[in-house]
Amino acid sequence: MSLSLRATALSVALFVAFLLAWHIAVLPPPATGPALDPEYAALLGQAAAQGGTTPMPGPVAVGRRLVELLSDPFYVRGSNDRGIGIQIGYSLFRVAIGFGLAMLVAVPLGFLIGMSPLLNAALNPYIQVLRPVSPLAWMPLALYSIKDSAISSIFVIFICALWPMLLNTAFGVMSVRREWLNVARTLEAGTWRTAIRVILPAAAPTIVTGMRISIGIAWLVIVAAEMLVGGTGIGYWVWNQWNNLSIADIIIAILLIGIVGLLLDRGLGWVQARVGWRE
Amino acid sequence: MLRSDLCPCGRTHGGFACEAPVSTEAALTEAADATLLRAVLPHAATRRAMLARYGAAAVLGAVASIFPLDHAREAFAQSPGTPEKRDLKIGFIAITCATPIIMAHPMGFYQRHGLNVEVIRTAGWAVIRDRAIAGEFDAAHMLSPMPLAMSMGVGIPAPQPFAVAAIENTNGQAITLANKHREKRDPKDWRGFRFAVPFDYSMHNYLLRAYVAEAGLDPDRDISIRSVPPPEMVANLRADNIDGFLGPDPFNQRAVFDGVGFIHILTKDMWDGHPCCAFAVPRAMIDTQPNTFAALMRSIVEATAYAAKAENRREVAQAISAQNYLNQPATVVEQVLTGTFADGLGQVRRVPDRINFDPFPWQSMAIWMLTQMKRWGQIRGDVDYAGISRQVFLTMEAGRAMRDLGLPVPTETSRPAMILGKRFDPAEPEAYLNSFAIKR
Repeated sequence: MSLSLRATALSVALFVAFLLAWHIAVLPPPATGPALDPEYAALLGQAAAQGGTTPMPGPVAVGRRLVELLSDPFYVRGSNDRGIGIQIGYSLFRVAIGFGLAMLVAVPLGFLIGMSPLLNAALNPYIQVLRPVSPLAWMPLALYSIKDSAISSIFVIFICALWPMLLNTAFGVMSVRREWLNVARTLEAGTWRTAIRVILPAAAPTIVTGMRISIGIAWLVIVAAEMLVGGTGIGYWVWNQWNNLSIADIIIAILLIGIVGLLLDRGLGWVQARVGWRE
Repeated sequence: MLRSDLCPCGRTHGGFACEAPVSTEAALTEAADATLLRAVLPHAATRRAMLARYGAAAVLGAVASIFPLDHAREAFAQSPGTPEKRDLKIGFIAITCATPIIMAHPMGFYQRHGLNVEVIRTAGWAVIRDRAIAGEFDAAHMLSPMPLAMSMGVGIPAPQPFAVAAIENTNGQAITLANKHREKRDPKDWRGFRFAVPFDYSMHNYLLRAYVAEAGLDPDRDISIRSVPPPEMVANLRADNIDGFLGPDPFNQRAVFDGVGFIHILTKDMWDGHPCCAFAVPRAMIDTQPNTFAALMRSIVEATAYAAKAENRREVAQAISAQNYLNQPATVVEQVLTGTFADGLGQVRRVPDRINFDPFPWQSMAIWMLTQMKRWGQIRGDVDYAGISRQVFLTMEAGRAMRDLGLPVPTETSRPAMILGKRFDPAEPEAYLNSFAIKR
């Protein structure tokens, strides 16, 4: 067997073992205690009526719910009840806007910082102070000053996606090899021409790496931001199902968030392979 | 001058001291006059100054000499004023306290009064407050102490004038304890307990504090109280992060439903008829969008009156438990609204007024909340109990909407109450406050 085939077999075996362990772990314990008055029991949940507490849902329940959700992912039944596909769409839309804006700011600014030692030294302290701040810490400030929750969550995405792109662009621009710049100078290329024809291609892999880190963080943060603000999006959906204590829905959301995050990362990985170069 | 001080009669007096017109016709005439005055004298301060100086009759007389006032009154009587804004957004928290706000949507109460309302489920009280201040919501479901705190600038950087236009619900809360505390039913045994309440500025916080203080425990030293969003209370109880909570329904009932806790006491048994949540509006709305405000008030008051009837409760429970609104099992919501519920201790209890609906925002309720804010150090110094209550709790506007819908309207704006076995006299808030041994 080839290595990849064996790896796949191991993956599947691990998954099956995990499902089995999960199934066994959540099997309800045998009913204990005296039988309850039927009228009373009718008012309780299934598990409570047997003297227990509602257990974690098993893999079968989650699978059933997954089929149910994915069979109709795009319904709209009022402003607080929309299909899971629509919710993911909202989240992706917010990430795209916030990420796009961050790119528009971070790449040119990163270029400037990378090309000018003066700007680099002057801006560095601010970047270092602002960069480690958790993006969600901006949320109250954004809500208070922007006065619009939808724009606030986009702002939070913007601010969290900004730093990795900015720093990577600056780093990429700074580490362009001196000889290449010297060659450009000997050929009498202007600053603009040098930036576009020499520095940009040379720094592109580093810049895209920054983008790849940024989109990962943005996707992490949008879920938390939407849980906080509510309204629409997969984060809101998680919060909403938490409201109803329906753990099966939350497990499904975790799965879908993971898959979408993987696809986003793979997408930028593909771009990275396009712009990469070897000496 | 405060908005509620100005009666349509043009004089300034509190509450219902003015002999309010009883017939609908008279009420409409009065409304027409008020609208006309607003149109002729759009600047609020000028209008008030003129009314205060010359009296409404004189000003209206002057207006009538140049304007066909009778025709206007007639036209007004044909239909209530057209709402200035029809498409409204109202934020709510997914709890049964919001019943009138929510049910008015699926059951068509907003529509009936010419409004196109979107009800938006919101994540927490701080978020609903900030979005209301930002103007994202035209009106909002709030805890009734919140507009008081906001109007005083407590808990936020600057005062934001908000008003309690109607009370959403009375009673309807409970103390739920974890199942392991079945034997500890006396609050004296609760030393070291960790409790959750929905928000600092909530009836839940004040009632829990008053309740344990009655048992001789200091709520800041002997127990710990933290703010937890209601949906997370059950999960925290299950995870043993808290010992209990004084929270809104359906989460008390949900704890029983999931076998996590039991209902120790209903808040109805602490203060029967206590207010809980409020239908809150920015105070400016009353002046800038009077017709929208009036239509909203009629929708909410009508929905509240509908929910108050025991025979409608099952239908209401069905309408609001859907995923678009509360997103809860229908049986849980039904147990809350009908008052026939499992208490978590093996008994089925029948308490029809476990939750009740009465829109009238008694100013005495606000005065009690202010005494508790002061008692626990949320506000300090001299408190203008009567003034703030009159400013924030819109007895006159709510009364007018009730009268328009043919509901009985109280003749007073304040009334004494029995709270945890002690008489509360709204005329003597400081004496009431001083009668407590445990306070800040």
